[in-house]
Amino acid sequence: MDLNEFIKNFAEQFDDTDASEITATTEFHELDEWSSLTGMSVIAMAKTVYGKTITGKEIRECETVEDLFNLVNSK
Amino acid sequence: MGFNPFSLEGKTILVTGASSGIGRGVAVACSNMGAKVIINGRNVSKLQETLSLMDTEDCSMIPGDLTNTKSLDTLVASLPNLDGIVHCAGIGQRIPCKDLQIENVDCVMDVNFKAPVMLQAELLRQKKISKAASIVFIASIASWSPSMGNAVYSASKGAIVSYANCLALELAPRKIRVNCISPAMVWTDLILRDGIDEEQLKEDENKYPLKRYGKPEDIANLAVYMLSDASAWMTGSNVKLSGGVS
Repeated sequence: MDLNEFIKNFAEQFDDTDASEITATTEFHELDEWSSLTGMSVIAMAKTVYGKTITGKEIRECETVEDLFNLVNSK
Repeated sequence: MGFNPFSLEGKTILVTGASSGIGRGVAVACSNMGAKVIINGRNVSKLQETLSLMDTEDCSMIPGDLTNTKSLDTLVASLPNLDGIVHCAGIGQRIPCKDLQIENVDCVMDVNFKAPVMLQAELLRQKKISKAASIVFIASIASWSPSMGNAVYSASKGAIVSYANCLALELAPRKIRVNCISPAMVWTDLILRDGIDEEQLKEDENKYPLKRYGKPEDIANLAVYMLSDASAWMTGSNVKLSGGVS
């Protein structure tokens, strides 16, 4: 799994947040557009793009986009 | 004991999805009320667990996957005549509308809509449903009460309610009754899936006027009423059972 590719896929889940705002160190819970619905989209993305299953609880425990990458990568 | 219009003595009842959750609760309640119960599900060891909670002398299991329409006719052929059917088999899903793939739609509609519709059709073709029988579908308040990520599940339940209305009309000449139960959240494996976890659910549970989610027994007791002769004038109904939420 490639971190930059993951960041791109993660940024794709947002409609009004510019991709340039999202880097490996971004604390995504702090983004204005982040919501439980975005969380569900990330779960769907992990499944369809990477074939991995993650939960809402695990996403809540992540702080940065890189944490999220490590979570998906560890599955 | 004497007068008890809610008794299921002498009735033979098929319960699908009886390996866990609401289906298991319904199967056990029907057995407790004196019915001969036949349980169906995909997982044999979980069905055995359900059977262990029932009066096993009168109860039996017919394992099988109802979405496999090719084996449906043999499964139905092995059934006795039925006085009641409770369609409980179902699955949940939480995927936002924009992320839906065709497989996501198929997997929910296959289990929650197509399987009960085709089972019902086969039961009728093989004349397995006795006169004045009662048919119950477990729907959901989700069919009119939206929640995030629940679109296909909600639609599948709305579809089954609409289907049941027509079935009720078609079977009324033989005094066969068809009703739906629409529960709010009930503590089962189904609600603990795809991005929702227990912590979030407990927070939501507190917003219920009666301060709790449902238990399978809560749903089972209404199913017993719908299966019994006490509800002889009830057909084409969809009853909300929700601890007070709309």
